[in-house]
Parts: sequence; C-alpha cells; structure tokens
Amino acid sequence: MSLKNNVPEGPLADKWTKYKSTMNLVAPNNKRRIEIIVVGTGLAGASAAATLGELGYQVKCFTFHDSPRRAHSIAAQGGINAAKNYQNDGDSAYRLFYDTIKGGDYRSREANVHRLAEVSTEIIDQCVAQGVPFAREYGGLLANRSFGGVQVSRTFYARGQTGQQLLIGAYQALSRQIARGSVTMYNRHEMLDLVKVDGKARGIICRNLLTGEIERFAAHCVVLATGGYGNVFYLSTNAMASNVTAAWKSVKKGALMANPCYTQIHPTCIPVSGEYQSKLTLMSESLRNDGRVWVPNKVSDAEAIQRGEKNALDIPEEDRDYYLERRYPAFGNLVPRDVASRAAKVACDEGKGVSKTGLAVFLDFASAIERYGKAEALMAGISNPSKEKITELGRAVIKKKYGNLFQMYEKITGENPYKLPMKIYPAVHYTMGGIWVDYNLQTNVPGLFALGESNFSDHGANRLGASALMQGLADGYFVIPYTIGQFLSKEIRTPAIDPNGPEFIQAEKEVKEKINQLMGIQGNQSVESFHRKLGKIMWEYCGMARNAEGLKKGRQMIRDLRKEFYSDVFIPGTNDEYNPELEKAMRVADFLELGEVMMVDALNREESCGGHFREEHQSEEGEAKRNDADYTYVAAWEWNEENPILHKEDLVFENVELKTRSYK
Amino acid sequence: MKLTLKIWRQKNQSSKGAFESYQVEADEHMSFLEMLDVLNEQLISEKKSPVAFEHDCREGICGTCNLVIDGRPHGPSQGTTTCQLHMRSFKDGDTIHIEPFRARSFPIIKDLVVDRTAFDRIIQSGGYVSVNTGQAQDGNAIPIEGNTAAKAFDSATCIGCGACVAACPNGSAMLFTSAKVQHLGLLPQGKVEHKSRVQKMVAQMDKEGFGFCSNVGACEAECPKEISIDNIAAMNRGFVGSMFSTEE
Ligand SMILES: Cc1cc2nc3c(=O)[nH]c(=O)nc-3n(C[C@H](O)[C@H](O)[C@H](O)COP(=O)(O)OP(=O)(O)OC[C@H]3O[C@@H](n4cnc5c(N)ncnc54)[C@H](O)[C@@H]3O)c2cc1C
Ligand code: SF4
Ligand code: FES
Repeated sequence: MSLKNNVPEGPLADKWTKYKSTMNLVAPNNKRRIEIIVVGTGLAGASAAATLGELGYQVKCFTFHDSPRRAHSIAAQGGINAAKNYQNDGDSAYRLFYDTIKGGDYRSREANVHRLAEVSTEIIDQCVAQGVPFAREYGGLLANRSFGGVQVSRTFYARGQTGQQLLIGAYQALSRQIARGSVTMYNRHEMLDLVKVDGKARGIICRNLLTGEIERFAAHCVVLATGGYGNVFYLSTNAMASNVTAAWKSVKKGALMANPCYTQIHPTCIPVSGEYQSKLTLMSESLRNDGRVWVPNKVSDAEAIQRGEKNALDIPEEDRDYYLERRYPAFGNLVPRDVASRAAKVACDEGKGVSKTGLAVFLDFASAIERYGKAEALMAGISNPSKEKITELGRAVIKKKYGNLFQMYEKITGENPYKLPMKIYPAVHYTMGGIWVDYNLQTNVPGLFALGESNFSDHGANRLGASALMQGLADGYFVIPYTIGQFLSKEIRTPAIDPNGPEFIQAEKEVKEKINQLMGIQGNQSVESFHRKLGKIMWEYCGMARNAEGLKKGRQMIRDLRKEFYSDVFIPGTNDEYNPELEKAMRVADFLELGEVMMVDALNREESCGGHFREEHQSEEGEAKRNDADYTYVAAWEWNEENPILHKEDLVFENVELKTRSYK
Repeated sequence: MKLTLKIWRQKNQSSKGAFESYQVEADEHMSFLEMLDVLNEQLISEKKSPVAFEHDCREGICGTCNLVIDGRPHGPSQGTTTCQLHMRSFKDGDTIHIEPFRARSFPIIKDLVVDRTAFDRIIQSGGYVSVNTGQAQDGNAIPIEGNTAAKAFDSATCIGCGACVAACPNGSAMLFTSAKVQHLGLLPQGKVEHKSRVQKMVAQMDKEGFGFCSNVGACEAECPKEISIDNIAAMNRGFVGSMFSTEE
C-alpha cells in the first residue's frame, strides 16, 4: 500500500491558503442532505461537530460520557499556544512551526505543522468570542506565559484550568447546534465498530451504555476524535475511561496505526503511593522554574529515606546530587520533558529514589524560598533579617506563584511542600502516535477522518507543552470543516446510507458475538487485574527506556497475557444492563492488541528520538542518537494477529535542516 | 484502617433501593474512590455485583463523580470533589454512609449513578454565545477590565456536578444556572443576548422539574468549586429586568 499524504504543491507558507481557495465545495442545499458521524466531544470532536452543524450538515455526535462536557480535554491545566505575537517578542507562524518541528525531534510532517501554526491565531479569537475567560493583563488585554522548549511567550491560559474553559466554550457551541437540530447528540454511546460499505466508511456500531442495546448508525462519512491511548500503561495522567477502542476498531477495519511507540512521559507527576493506585496526577511543568531536582548521593541515605528513618532535611548539602544541574549545566532543571524523565529514571535505577517504593526524586523549593525571601526583605527595607523572616517572606512569594498546585499536592499526599521538598516521578501523559491521516486528516480508509490526539499528525516524536489543545481546536474548528469537502463533494449524489444494509447487520452481529464471547468466559480474574498487569509490562519494557531484548520479551508477555485474558477474565452482571465492568473489558481487550503493536514499532525503530529512547542508540554520555539516514519516516502499522505489517511514509524536509538537539 | 460502609444499592431506576453493609480494609493514603475500587475488587473476587459509581478525571475537574457521603454531597471537606477526598479524613473503625445525589430531576440509573442530562438541556436552551466559527474579531479588540474578567471567571469554574441540586431541600438548579448566566452576562461578548438567555434558561430549568430557590444557601456550602450564591441574586435581578424588557 502506498501512503499518499496529499500535501498540496507550492511554497510552505502558501500551501494552506491556496488549497483552501481552490478546494471543492458542497452547496448548501446538498449539505442539508449529507450526514456526518462525529465520535468524541473533546476539544477536537466538539469543535468539529459544532462547526459542521453550523455549516448545514446533518451531524450525529457520540460520546461514551454522560455529557459531552466531561471529555478528558477538561483536565488540561497549563495553556494553549498561538502565534499572536501580542508580546512583540518576535513570534510568528514560522517560529511556532519551527519550534514544533524541532520539539518533535524532526519526525512530523512539515505542511501539517505549518498549517497548525497558521490557524493558531484564529483559535484564540474564536474562543474569546465564545466567552472563554482567558487570563488578562491590568489593561484588559490577553496575558501570555512561556512554556518549555521555546524562547517566546505565546501561551494563553485560564488560571490552571485552560482545558476546562476551552472545552466549555466548544461544548456551548455544540449545545447551540443541538438546540438548532443540526446536531443530534448521543450520550452514553460507545462506538464498538466501524462499518465500511464498498470500501468507504459509512457508519458505526454502538453499545447504548444504559441499556446494553447494540445500535447501528449510518452516515456519508465518519470523523473520529476519540483521544489518546496513554491508558494502555494502566497508570497515566489520563482520565480513567480514556481508551483506544474507537481507533483500534478502525485499525482492524483497515486504518493504520502510525508511530504507536511515541509516548510522552511527563517528568513531574505525583508518584505512585501503593498497589491500589488508580491514576496519576500531573504537577505543572511551570514548577521547574523554581524547583531544584535532586536525590541523595549515597544509596544508604536513600534507603534510610525509603524506610522512613530520614527525611530530605537530614541530608546535608554536600551529600545531595542535583543531577540535572550537574548533567545539563546550560538548561539545568529546565531541560525538555523527555530528558528530565529519563534522568529521574537513571537516578532511581541506581537505588537513590526517595519514597517508600524507591520511585521518586525531590523537587525542592528551599533555594527559591531563600532567594525570594532575601529579595523581599531587601525591598521591604529589613536589614539583617532573621532566617525565619526570610523563610516566611519567601514562602509567601512561592504561594502566590504556585499556591493552587501546592494545595493540590498537599491534598493528595498529605505532606506540606512548603516545609519538605515535593516528591515527583515521571508518568505517561500523552500519545503522539495515532491513526495515520493525510493532509486532509483523512485516513487511508476513504471517508474516515481522525482529529485531535487520536491522529498522529503534528507532534512527531515529542509534543511541546500547550500544543495539544491548539491542535485539537485547529483540527475541529478550522481544518476539517474545509477538508471534509474534498471527500463529500463527490458524494452529493449518494442517497442516505441505509443502516439496515448487509454490512451493518454483519458488523452488528460481530459486535454481539464479541460481547457474548467475553461474557461467556466466566473466569476468575477481574478486568482491572489484567489491565494492571498489561500496564506493568508496557511500563517495564516500552516505557522511558527500551531495548531490543526487553521489547521482544514484552511482546511475548503481552501475547501470553492476551491468551490468559480470553480464558480467565471474569465479568460480573449481564450485557443488557448498565455494566461498567463489561465496558472496561472491551477496552482492555483492545489495549492488549495495541500494546503488542507498540512493542513491535519500538523494536523496529532502531534509533532514539523524542519520547522513544532505545538504550542501544545513545552517546557515551547517555544522550539520544537519532538515525536520520534510515528512520526519517512515519511507521504506519496494519493489524495482523501474527505479525503487524509496516507501511512507510517518508518525511521530506524542504524548509528546515535536521539537527541534533543539545541541552548541555 | 477497617471501615464499615453502608452503601445505597438499587438495581435500576424502577426497582426499590436499600442500604447494604460492607467491610473494607483501607489505607490512609488512598483516595475515597480508590477505597471503593478495593471494595469492588473484593466483590468481584466473590463473584458478586460491584457497586456502580461514576468518575473519570479523578482530579476534581470533570464533574463526573457525585457521591453523598455521610449526608453531604462530595463528603466532609470544603471545596473538594468526591474524587479529591482522601481516606486520611476518616478514622479506623468509622462507619460511612454512601448515597447517590438525590433530586427529582436526577433519576437514579443504578446504585450511585444518576442521570444529570437535565443540565445539558439547560445549557442547550441558551447557555452560549451565538457566534459561528470564523466570525470572530481579533481577541484583543475588546479589552476586559480585570475585576470583571475575574468575576466572570469565578462563575465559569462550575464543573456541572450537580452537588448544588443534591444539597438543596427544594432540588433547585439555581446555582448551576445562575453561574452560567453570570459567566456569559458579565463579558461583553455574552452581554448582547443576556436578557433572552436568562428567560430561556430559567424556563428550561422549570420544565425539567427543578425546585424553586428559597435562599437556604446549602448549594453554596456544598459546591466543590465554591461558586457564590451572589450569582443567584444577580440572575434574579436580570430575570426581573428581562420581564419588563420589550426585546425578545
Ligand atoms: C492532566 C493533563 C493535562 C494536560 N494539559 C495540557 C495543556 O496544558 N495544554 C495542552 O495543550 N495539552 C494538555 N494536555 C493534553 C490534552 O489535554 C489532550 O491531548 C487533548 O485534550 C485531547 O483532546 P481530544 O479532543 O483529542 O480528545 P479527548 O478530550 O480525550 O476526547 C475524547 C472524546 O472521545 C470520546 N470517545 C472516545 N472513545 C469513544 C468511543 N469508542 N465511543 C464514543 N465516544 C468515544 C470520549 O467520550 C470523549 O468525548 C493535558 C493532558 C492531561 C492528561
Ligand atoms: S454550581 Fe457548584 S455544585 Fe453546582 S454544578 Fe456547578 S460546581 Fe457543581
Ligand atoms: S472524577 Fe472528575 S471531578 Fe471527580
């Protein structure tokens, strides 16, 4: 299969504008007759469904949540990027494009990323018009802050809840279309299969989560905006119900899974506290501006801390290893996410971890408290301030900057981070990989589109902070409403698709059989226990550092676990009622296949790039070594029970020069 | 720590529910929902039916979790959702009562799970700014004064959990509705439609069967986002104003 990316001709900066103005259009009277299915109501899905409804299409929108407002996008904290250059600090679409390409370690498609940077500015305008309450300066204008990996201030934010405010904006736009009748909303409906007719995506099969009924839905095309698959690791910062099922079922119907091994592991999360742990909580990246990361120099000290006999304050300065400052003097504690995460792992692997489990490092604000305290005392004209006074003044500054995060930390851990350093550890956060799409965001299955975190398109091997929200809204508000016309303009003579056609009946039958199969196993182990085991395998062999031997072993372990799942899983209740255990079982079944393809992809990629670190491919100082000669391509996998099949899209860089990232 | 849980079990909307007793061994570092996970694992290993409860983000922002714990929506801690509650708020040997959010407009689906789609319909009735994609002017075209922006923001932090309704003896949705009305009405972008928005949203609220507001104030006390009851007073003023308006 040859993968055609359909990137338009012409200079990079003109491609999108020119393409938009020469695209095929669908006339209003035809739009009214054309039906579109949108699965997902996160930033990508809600913005797409609302906009397509405004344009006059008949939209059916689906979410497994009880309301479209609950999608995982709601949890995003930090912000959203846009090349507005409101700060007059030299930002531009090109600079945002360049930062994103470089941040992604040169593994994304130039034309898509440039388009993203171009439309970023319109997103902010649209959200403001909807009433999104972004942070503002004293003069009433929009405020910005900086994020990792860039030198300009282009991140817009809404306190620590940017995702919530943006999603509520999109949800309200969607609600307006629901009220107008252009969008029909199906809550608590989980897509369990894709239906193809004559090779084109024409519908989906859903389970009504309240009644267990299996329902068929038809349309002229299908848009997936179903989020990322970080929960294949069981523990992640993703919401509990985030899953890969919609994407994976589409892969099993012929779509391709691109770069599944590219996973972002965020360095500052609250560590695991015990076996019962259900999810992990992110502590914003901004903390690394003032926090210093360290572990004890001596393993014996670390062990004493692990046993609870010592705490951080018992370790004298000379016995501490501020390892990021030592290893990366130029960037220090502010190295990019992937680098910081790996360094924490190295320290803990040496036995220097600082929690009961040995899997945590300190993030210490003592120096910052002292520094700020002295400065405040000076400004207040206090001569010879006491140590206590300095601490008091310094803590007040820290509280103003990070108060809500410190409070959140204390709520979860029960420890006071003003007195003792925080304990943090890396956790799975985001998946750059996803369904393969072309420039139109269309998959290799005609009529099937993928948006937001569910596709692979814009972040290469590593995503920069505040860029996922930007991509989700770009795809939904400003890209798909245009590009979907390239497909639909050829469908204006296609009558309404019949959900009673043989392909639909067959797909429904298969879904029912699958459910019966799972319900019929009646084994002895809970769904949760399988998910947890899978997560451990993924984390151990396909986590922060990978090697060929481990990946082969991990792959076999997943295959064995899958077999065990199909012979020993226990699902209580029945399939014709509200049954969260059954929902989970179907999601875990898909994770058990995806996990294997991630191992295969990671094994295939004989290089280290972005979030993918192969131990065999590192410099003597332990830095990542990319292999541009052999791996400047997108690896898109076709599912096959025996051996997934690789398809390649070569990445061509016409505008940027490939360089090695260095933070020393 | 050893706990006794008295949990409301109800097979479906039409069946009659009752409290059932369970013993569970918990750790003080667990979250409240992780403690329920442990109970469910235990029930599943005994091939019994696990307790149905809803949750998703588990960090206090999605508004999905919704338990009444010892009589209080979202439990004993101020400004905290159920999922942010930790077991160190309880003692060894405690007995804890767990019930669903109860209100006429939130029918029970199963055990602790209720249907809150009435909230979605209130938003659909007018909780938005009528602007199509692509119609927006530059984001900085209208400066917004800091105090106004901050007030609008405070109202916008509502997570749509429904604790205000569950806490209210009348089952009123006034706090939820007024928070949205104020969020949009305070901003220049939302002001234009303010009057018609108030009328439509209040009408929908009544249609859904939510009760009237008699200024009890329980909503504000139990709201995990500490949304102020001032929103209700402000909306009432807007509502009266809109009745005398000649516009639509
Ligand atoms: C804690 C946290 C903080 C973050 N902070 C930031 C940040 O500050 N800035 C930033 O840019 N990014 C951030 N991110 C990343 C960002 O939030 C996500 O990548 C983004 O929101 C994903 O949006 P989405 O629309 O693609 O998918 P989601 O929001 O995950 O939505 C998926 C939707 O699909 C539906 N769905 C899925 N499967 C099915 C199915 N089978 N049937 C029916 N419906 C289905 C779900 O119900 C849901 O509505 C953060 C992520 C996390 C975890
Ligand atoms: S007002 Fe408060 S209690 Fe009511 S729905 Fe909003 S957040 Fe929940
Ligand atoms: S589970 Fe999201 S707020 Fe509690």
